[in-house]
Amino acid sequence: MEIVINGAAHRVADDISLERAVSLVSDAATGVAAAVNGDLVRRVSWPTTRLAAGDQVEVLTAVQGG
Amino acid sequence: MAEWQTGDPLVLAGQKFGSRLIMGTGGAPSLDVLGRALTASGTEMTTVAMRRVDPASRGSVLDVLTERGIKVLPNTAGCFTAAEAVRTARLAAEALDTTWVKLEVIADEVTLLPDPVELLDAAEQLVADGFTVLPYTNDDPVLAKRLEQAGCAAVMPLGAPIGSGLGIRNPHNIELMVQAAAVPVILDAGIGTASDAALAMELGCAAVLLATAVTRARDPELMAAAMRSAVIAGRLACRAGRIPQRRYAVASSPPVGA
Repeated sequence: MEIVINGAAHRVADDISLERAVSLVSDAATGVAAAVNGDLVRRVSWPTTRLAAGDQVEVLTAVQGG
Repeated sequence: MAEWQTGDPLVLAGQKFGSRLIMGTGGAPSLDVLGRALTASGTEMTTVAMRRVDPASRGSVLDVLTERGIKVLPNTAGCFTAAEAVRTARLAAEALDTTWVKLEVIADEVTLLPDPVELLDAAEQLVADGFTVLPYTNDDPVLAKRLEQAGCAAVMPLGAPIGSGLGIRNPHNIELMVQAAAVPVILDAGIGTASDAALAMELGCAAVLLATAVTRARDPELMAAAMRSAVIAGRLACRAGRIPQRRYAVASSPPVGA
């Protein structure tokens, strides 16, 4: 199936976990937050959160600013 | 050290800071330059922005802060609505394990001025959520009071638009805010050089938050050291109490016996 991570389309296995999806763009153990279709998902819930085709995943971290 | 050098911490939401200079990290040409500037500034709290991860990027601004024991303060830069700002603050809290947020809700990309209606709305929501909210606001004493009443831990008026380096365009309003506020007033944005930072402190601000004036200076490390000294000097001058300004001279040597 296809999902969108940070604006880019990714072909992934059906029923992929959010944890696996995040790992496609970041290997950071800390300092990262994720949202699915606009809703924050706590890190502890990433392994058990299953994604569906078309889901929009945002993976954010801290950058220079302000 | 003497009491006057050590006995005057900045207190925000019950937390004490020895430095009254809060730094931003935007605009530095490299993480190495940023790190040296942060060290020279003596800052104990520094802002970061939240953005999509870039798999190609090397090094992290978070490492620069962690190595120096500097508290990270996420901002909501780039948000135009209360809903966007609240969502960004929650993501930052999750990513960075902090409930402190520099709240920015801007009206447009030309002036980067705060949108007061959205700002107050976001502040109320985040305070209700348990956040320690430090709002970037206009130099408007009335809005500052409303933000304080909403439960913000400080108010952070601009001296001039972000990155403009125009200094403090309305010192009278900053003074009014300081006189009326029960929470710390932190001058945020517009600082161009050290005398601007000193003036902010002389007006009674509790701290100064700046980034561009240091990160885009010809020598960021040197300007950071200048800002550190300016904030200390301005604070001491404020506490010491300036003399009244007079139209005519007042002799400082004895007038008789010459």
